[in-house]
Amino acid sequence: MMVTVTINDTAIEVEENTSVLTAATQLGVKIPTLCYNEHLSVHGGCRMCMVEDTGTGRLVPACSTIVTDGLVVDTESKNAVEARRFIAALLLSRASDSPEIQELASELGLDPNSPDLDPVSNYLLNRRPEREYTKCILCSLCVRACAEIPERHAISVSGRGMARKVVTPFLKISEMCIGCGSCAYVCPTDAILIEEAD
Amino acid sequence: MDQMSLLVCGGTGCTSNGSLEIRTALEQELARRGLAQDVKVVTTGCNGMCGRGPILVAQPEGVFFHSVAPEDVPELVEAYVIGGKPPARLLYTEEQRGPVIPKMSEVPFYAKQQLIALSNRGIIDPENLEEYIGRDGYQALSRVLTTMTEEEVIDEVTRSGLRGRGGAGFPTGRKWAFARAAVGNPKYVICNADEGDPGAFMDRSIVESDPHAVIEGMAIGGYAIGASEAFVYIRGEYPLALARLNLAIEQARTYGLLGENILGTDFSFDIKVSVGAGAFVCGEETSLIASLEGRMPEPRVKPPFPAQSGYMGKPTNINNVETWANIRHIILRGAEWFSSIGSETSKGTKVFSLVGKVNNTGLVEVPMGITLREIVFDIGGGIPDGKKFKAVQSGGPSGGCLPESKLDTPVDYESLTKAGSIMGSGGLIVMDETTCMVEVARYFVAFTQEESCGKCTPCREGTKHMLDILTAITEGRGEEGDIEILKTMARNIKATSLCGLGQTAPNPVLTTIRYFRDEYEAHIREKRCPSGVCKPLISYTIDKEACTGCRACAISCPVTCITGERKLPHVIDQTQCIKCGMCFDVCNFNAVRVE
Ligand SMILES: Cc1cc2nc3c(=O)[nH]c(=O)nc-3n(C[C@H](O)[C@H](O)[C@H](O)COP(=O)(O)O)c2cc1C
Ligand code: SF4
Ligand code: SF4
Ligand code: SF4
Ligand code: SF4
Ligand code: FES
Ligand code: FES
Repeated sequence: MMVTVTINDTAIEVEENTSVLTAATQLGVKIPTLCYNEHLSVHGGCRMCMVEDTGTGRLVPACSTIVTDGLVVDTESKNAVEARRFIAALLLSRASDSPEIQELASELGLDPNSPDLDPVSNYLLNRRPEREYTKCILCSLCVRACAEIPERHAISVSGRGMARKVVTPFLKISEMCIGCGSCAYVCPTDAILIEEAD
Repeated sequence: MDQMSLLVCGGTGCTSNGSLEIRTALEQELARRGLAQDVKVVTTGCNGMCGRGPILVAQPEGVFFHSVAPEDVPELVEAYVIGGKPPARLLYTEEQRGPVIPKMSEVPFYAKQQLIALSNRGIIDPENLEEYIGRDGYQALSRVLTTMTEEEVIDEVTRSGLRGRGGAGFPTGRKWAFARAAVGNPKYVICNADEGDPGAFMDRSIVESDPHAVIEGMAIGGYAIGASEAFVYIRGEYPLALARLNLAIEQARTYGLLGENILGTDFSFDIKVSVGAGAFVCGEETSLIASLEGRMPEPRVKPPFPAQSGYMGKPTNINNVETWANIRHIILRGAEWFSSIGSETSKGTKVFSLVGKVNNTGLVEVPMGITLREIVFDIGGGIPDGKKFKAVQSGGPSGGCLPESKLDTPVDYESLTKAGSIMGSGGLIVMDETTCMVEVARYFVAFTQEESCGKCTPCREGTKHMLDILTAITEGRGEEGDIEILKTMARNIKATSLCGLGQTAPNPVLTTIRYFRDEYEAHIREKRCPSGVCKPLISYTIDKEACTGCRACAISCPVTCITGERKLPHVIDQTQCIKCGMCFDVCNFNAVRVE
């Protein structure tokens, strides 16, 4: 069955079970994503792709929201734009030196040195307490890639909240790993380095 | 006359206060006097007034004894069981030396309560199926299986207006209808007994005092949606509830109330018990289901809802313990009766665990629509030690703190939400004037931040930043503008988080800013904690006029920084003081000031 969805005032007919992100892509509307990869299962965790469901006034993740007939979406509403900037600033507060995240943030108009920076972004980019540096933004693409492409399950996420990490079993060099590099390939921030084990 | 029964409270609180020894002592004393045949001794579930345990209730007169010790037993038997005169010192009084209130039904804590989910509490022995059956147990199931169609059951529950008691308040009948209509086989039923709110014990108490009510509700639900397999997902820290639940399931199977062809019909239904994985987020339905399937307990995006795709991808209906416990009463007494109780949008009763700075802490079941004031002051008996009320927090770590001016808010889903809080699962924490509201917000955000699963960015990173800012404010490092930053962050975290945990985590911050902004401002601008709680912001000084020079504070001070001659005013050396507050606590003349 086909359903109709309207994105930024343009209507389009898509197959049932299509995500808002896919429908937007068909319309040529760009929505930033980080944890989404069309070849892997959907995660819905980074929240970079938030858009507004005009009907309910609520923000929904484009990658993991399935269109229903008559759905109206605004990807550029005030709330959606503010939310995506907030997510980008949060990720930058975590992986401040990552060139990929810096670039994404700057595409969304976030400049740490701008005098017009809003107070929240200013806090997140310039005032927050220093933290241990990491490139990993916990998108879990690597974990899903490993589980779904070579089907090795060599890496997984462990811990909760800020202590969450991507790890190998028992934190050793994983015997399951075949060195295919799928994880490093999908990582959006180049956080994975493939090395020869001794 | 009816036979006398002595009902000894066997809930978690009273058991840990030695109620089982009292039971033994009672049995021995009754045997010694040859009364063992005439008086029945029963162990029941929690009576709700755990703070005054061990509790003992004598029926049929309904006399309420509290703080009973084994030594009291001979006197109790002699004076009351034989002589008919309850010893006054074991009876309830409102205040010290106030008039005694012998009858349970007249004790104010109980007088305004209305029991549906807890209707068997303190009355039956939860380990005895026959006592449950004696109180119309399994009659609702029998009626459903023999006289009602699935649609009729759902219709009855829908018309009763029952809404989920686990937090969000979704209409139960509608949820059942979705699960029934969903395509897929088999279908499953789940009882959520994970109860992760710190300080809440409603569900524990229901399972402990009336496990069959939960089982019966689940079987009725299973029939209605067309499921024959069910799970109870119960918190690991509840050993007594777990034991009673397992026993009750065994008993029900033995009596043919669970298993194949229940009551000779072609309906089959059985329940497995699964012990929770421990984290707060495991109570969220999609992570609970992931945990049951042996996957990492992590929420996922909804829709699809569990009714469409739940356990093993099959249609699954999940309800909270208290929701299930209401079902049999709705079937037996009818939707009209149930919906006659409560407010316009919220029907029936709600169980709350009332804790904090209130005289009567405990478990209460009240009709929806009752005001917060009635719960805190009439049932709870007000604030101890003559202190002033400051706020009441409903909904646990996801709820909000409401001030004095909101005390007349009726307790129903919509009114609490409008005031900035939520009904939640039923935690109520009372705070008095010595509570710092910024510290309260910090405490709750520290909890949710710790319990965030970390899957989504706003909850994982955002709550950490909020916690950093709140901590800075309580330590005197807050900056002008921080309140607005907190508010904007809170709004964005609520709007973008994946599951209910992140979507509600900012509530304590938003409500404390809304109602107690002056406290934030005092911390930020004047570097002062008006309630004298935040250590880095307070100093202890001695009022020269009030000090009698008794030396009590100087002796108690662990770093000996208080000096002065006997009978002359003393002085605290501010450079040495570690702000332990010992001097404040020991001074009998109110001469030590905190500011
Ligand atoms: C973080 C989080 C924790 C939750 N914990 C519980 C819980 O301990 N017990 C519960 O019944 N529901 C809990 N819920 C609500 C469940 O997701 C679900 O809505 C509920 O079990 C549905 O039952 P009801 O309709 O009978 O309320 C929680 C929700 C969230 C977001
Ligand atoms: S390189 Fe190793 S860890 Fe990475 S995807 Fe391949 S097998 Fe998995
Ligand atoms: S290592 Fe890369 S792919 Fe894996 S979770 Fe971190 S950012 Fe994502
Ligand atoms: S809101 Fe928090 S608990 Fe829920 S999925 Fe996101 S990180 Fe996990
Ligand atoms: S305890 Fe009170 S009255 Fe006694 S010396 Fe200290 S401040 Fe003075
Ligand atoms: S791309 Fe949609 S949540 Fe990550
Ligand atoms: S355990 Fe006895 S009153 Fe709660």
